[in-house]
Amino acid sequence: MQAMSVQRKKIHPHKYSLWIAMGSITMMFIGFTSAYVVKRAQANWQVFDLPHIFWMSTAVILISSGTIQLAVKQFKQRNMQRYKQLITLTAALGVVFAACQCLGFSQLSQRGLPLSGPVSASFIYVIVGMHMLHVLGGVVALLIMFARAYRTRVRVYSAVPIEVASLYWHFVDVLWIYLLVFLSIAR
Amino acid sequence: MSNEATLHSHHEVTHGAAAHDHGNGHDEHHHEDSFISKYVFSMDHKMIAKQFLITGIIWAIVGAGFSVLFRLQLAFPDSTFPFLESILGHWAKGGRITPEAYYALVTMHGTILVFFVLTAGLSGTFSNLLIPLQVGARDMASPFMNMLSYWFFFMASVVMTCSLFVQTGPASGGWTSYPPLSALGDASIGSKIGMDLWLTSMALFVVSQLLGGLNYISTILNMRTKGMSMTKLPLTIWSFFFTAILGVLSFPVLLSGFILLLFDRHAGTSFYLSELFVAGKALSNEGGSAILYQHLFWFLGHPEVYIIILPAMGMVSEVLAINSRKPIFGYLAMIGSLFAIAILAFLVWAHHMFVTGLNPFLGAFFVLLTLLIAVPSAIKVFNWLTTIWKGSIRFTPGALFSIGFVSTFISGGLTGIWLGNSSIDIHLHDTYFVIAHFHIVMGVSAFFGMFAGIYHWFPKLYGRYLNGTLGYIHFWITLVGAYCIFWPMHYEGMAGMPRRYYDYSNWESFKQFAELNKFISIVVFIVFATQLLFVFNFFYSIFKGRKLTTTNPWDATTLEWTTPIHPGHGNWPGEIPEVHRWAYDYSKDGKDFIPQTVPLGPDETAH
Repeated sequence: MQAMSVQRKKIHPHKYSLWIAMGSITMMFIGFTSAYVVKRAQANWQVFDLPHIFWMSTAVILISSGTIQLAVKQFKQRNMQRYKQLITLTAALGVVFAACQCLGFSQLSQRGLPLSGPVSASFIYVIVGMHMLHVLGGVVALLIMFARAYRTRVRVYSAVPIEVASLYWHFVDVLWIYLLVFLSIAR
Repeated sequence: MSNEATLHSHHEVTHGAAAHDHGNGHDEHHHEDSFISKYVFSMDHKMIAKQFLITGIIWAIVGAGFSVLFRLQLAFPDSTFPFLESILGHWAKGGRITPEAYYALVTMHGTILVFFVLTAGLSGTFSNLLIPLQVGARDMASPFMNMLSYWFFFMASVVMTCSLFVQTGPASGGWTSYPPLSALGDASIGSKIGMDLWLTSMALFVVSQLLGGLNYISTILNMRTKGMSMTKLPLTIWSFFFTAILGVLSFPVLLSGFILLLFDRHAGTSFYLSELFVAGKALSNEGGSAILYQHLFWFLGHPEVYIIILPAMGMVSEVLAINSRKPIFGYLAMIGSLFAIAILAFLVWAHHMFVTGLNPFLGAFFVLLTLLIAVPSAIKVFNWLTTIWKGSIRFTPGALFSIGFVSTFISGGLTGIWLGNSSIDIHLHDTYFVIAHFHIVMGVSAFFGMFAGIYHWFPKLYGRYLNGTLGYIHFWITLVGAYCIFWPMHYEGMAGMPRRYYDYSNWESFKQFAELNKFISIVVFIVFATQLLFVFNFFYSIFKGRKLTTTNPWDATTLEWTTPIHPGHGNWPGEIPEVHRWAYDYSKDGKDFIPQTVPLGPDETAH
């Protein structure tokens, strides 16, 4: 038992794996943004304003980070009803976020900046689109958590899955803030 | 015992169904595994290792077989071989490989060997086999993700295999897939559906590598048994650790490059394309940069060569120490040099791009950083040599291949110093000198490391030995053959003979090498046949090899040899042993070897 209690203090392997995975995802976006920087330094770089709706989606994803944090808290206090409501809300906010990004895409393309337009616009579609996919991946994870919370046969008392999910959610949130700041400054 | 807590705690949350598989190794055979869960969708790291190894062997035969085919063309450019038409069909009309087929063969040879054999087959096999066994864990941090890692690799293999059989043939723009050739479907027939399948397959492959890498890192850091501090780990584990870090950080960048390439191919974007004419028709793409792809590609591409070579280095260190009956020389220096190589791997990618119009001032920094890699590499070579120096060497096939590794690593590494200099590179780039350099230093060396690993750990994999006599034949022909193949290529390269050409007989300056090319090709055929001998040895020995009678056939100190001859899922039938000392107590205090599980004596201090 001594050994087990020592082990408990260690970070859970799944959380650990998630940290490494976050490093890995970060590297992919570093790849994209470095490509952006290299390309921007070359000729024919067209400058334009980002769609304003991106600020709205920022607010949405910030709120959703708050709701998932509350969900973790409710889970630990075993308020399963509130917990289910909060993860549903978070997942819904994730979908709203994705919808806002898609609206942003259509605004861009209405302004004469389609995906196949100037490279500076193509980059927005690809970078924001890839990030959106990562948010939707988080939504899928939350749906699985939701289904699990309704299982009656197996009860889950470990907070690790929801902690892992919330860590990932905060990560895509922070990643979005980075991308937004990056795309706003490096135009 | 210390891992058990982690294993239990994550079973209840992830895959309850598999929980009874590992947690309680005490009664591991209380249930019957079905054929599917034992051999196909297995979550046992040892079975996954075998799956990676056998898939890798199949790919190696295919990839090396392709080189036999294109070497046939290079040796006898004017002859026809009717049997070629019967295996390649319209790709070899009249018995002569068409130029399109030649490029496809070269491209697939590179892709298959670099990614499918020397990345998945090498680190996939041995990281899976050795990490849990040598750190003292019942399985990986996430056996489920580990299984997914193999099956993503399998899917990548299936897609790549399909690409070999499509009407327009597989990708044929070189294993690096530079745009615009790879970005424009009309550019060549290999740029059509074959290229899409190539990209799809590689994307699946990247996912497989990431899932595997995550697991390796988190297993090494979290699941070590009691007493196994990081500095007590065998060097194999350290090398797998750095390999996994390199993979996890560099493969996503490659993926980002591929994603942009896919958009260029199908969504009309111009990330890599600008002002191009295809078949006399101007394209509308404007503002892209083909060099951008090279940056993204080589940011993976260079770490990739270390992903290939580091596991070989680790296994060679281990096999050499065991078979010299001496502790590894400079254990900490070995770890330090692995670390230095891993860091430098990320800072030298532009040395592949010296002639792309790279700013020469910037190039100077890349030259410096590239040449710096010679320092940790030389430390490693020195330590291997001093490890076997005055040892009581047992020349097992594994040990011979390890010594062969050191030899090829030196002779291939030295030419790296030439190529790392941007001024010499102007003359040597894209010649056979480059081919010779990287084939010796990462192709042959990595294969030697892999063979050393296979001969050494085959008893752990299958409970039987590989045939030694066949092993010696395999070693000597491969070593001599590899040098006969690649040494003359240095000479051709210095004379300016370019790589990737279909037929040199039209060039006055390269005609003179016709006989040399013939010689190289004939050696290739012999060496290839010898590898088939090894493959025979491998599969024959699985079923008919000499049986193991002891759990520790090589008198080694590490934990994998404390498991039963045929370990079940969970590795140790009882508790996981505790570790008290480092992995290299050979010929110490009058004892031949002291396993890691033996407590320190009263007059001993920890290493």
